[in-house]
Amino acid sequence: MSVTFAQAKLAVEQGVDPSIAPSIAGAGDYLALMKPRVMSLVVFTALVGLVLAPGHIHPVIGLTALICIAVGAGASGALNMWYDADIDARMARTAARPIPAGRLRPGEVLAFGLILAGFSVVVLGLLVNVAAAALLALTIGFYVIIYTMWLKRSTPQNIVIGGAAGALPPVIGWASVTGSVSLEPIMLFLIIFMWTPPHFWALALYRKDDYVRAGVPMLPVVSGERATRRQILLYTLILAPLGAAPWLMGYVGVAYGATAIVGGAVMVALALRILVEKEGYKASKQMFAFSILYLFLLFAVMLADRMAGGLIGHLAT
Amino acid sequence: MTMSNLMNDRDSTPVDTQKPEPGIRLTPEQQRARRSRSIAIGIALALLAILFYIVTLVKGPGVLERPL
Repeated sequence: MSVTFAQAKLAVEQGVDPSIAPSIAGAGDYLALMKPRVMSLVVFTALVGLVLAPGHIHPVIGLTALICIAVGAGASGALNMWYDADIDARMARTAARPIPAGRLRPGEVLAFGLILAGFSVVVLGLLVNVAAAALLALTIGFYVIIYTMWLKRSTPQNIVIGGAAGALPPVIGWASVTGSVSLEPIMLFLIIFMWTPPHFWALALYRKDDYVRAGVPMLPVVSGERATRRQILLYTLILAPLGAAPWLMGYVGVAYGATAIVGGAVMVALALRILVEKEGYKASKQMFAFSILYLFLLFAVMLADRMAGGLIGHLAT
Repeated sequence: MTMSNLMNDRDSTPVDTQKPEPGIRLTPEQQRARRSRSIAIGIALALLAILFYIVTLVKGPGVLERPL
């Protein structure tokens, strides 16, 4: 078990074995393990899946489903930080995380992540339904085992395939209501799945040195910036029409269609700017920031569209 | 040596030879961290109990039915 210098010094002062010295981690450190910002996006997309699903779910059961999905996402984040502590310590963006900063030991984080994962899946299965619980277990397993332990360190396609885990929450939300999966949630899945590569590669372009230092084979590190810029454009060209597909197929109204078309056009324009950018990473940073807004807007308008439709339908009857 | 000195010596003997308490003496930072963790665990357990209680009320007799 790795122990930082600060931990070892304190343990020696207290006359105990450094590996079992009392922890200095507060509740905030455990919260940080759960990656609250990622968790908020997961909860939001799951909420959209839950609201769009046909049929009725009691608000308390719906809230329970969202809490379980949030805790499951937190468990994935904690297990990711447990396995990637060595990488995190070498990257400026992640060096202050609880394990590399010496506030938590890997064993504590592993136990925390496993307990949260088990609890979230079991409670979702007991209080909501088994299909949603199975999907949550699949999501956690895919993120931790397939992405974190396997793909992340072995292939530049890591975030393409691993992106499936981040795309599953709306499907879990949908399954919480219906107990099954159909074309609509798969469409939501595909939008997030195709959004993930341009989003992360835009970040990887201007954080390339970090990934080189950590030995993570991100696309800009392995294939170079030119190839990455081309791949960002390629995925964005697929993402833009895919974003508008729920409107084209008649699932949502024109407000969503307009948002998807305008947002998709801005994404393509930014991807083109990245392609022709010769110096600096201004366009990459803009793409990274806008891609978050783009995905948020798509799901927020979808949510508003469905809620407004429900309200109009309710008033009409 | 007077009688009072002897008595004082006898009185102070247990104090002088007392061993330090066994265990680790926590630093203020460790105490704060432990308190923070204890409060968080307490809140989480209370919320979980409340959640199960409310869901039981909502589901009623069907609480054990778990559809696929």
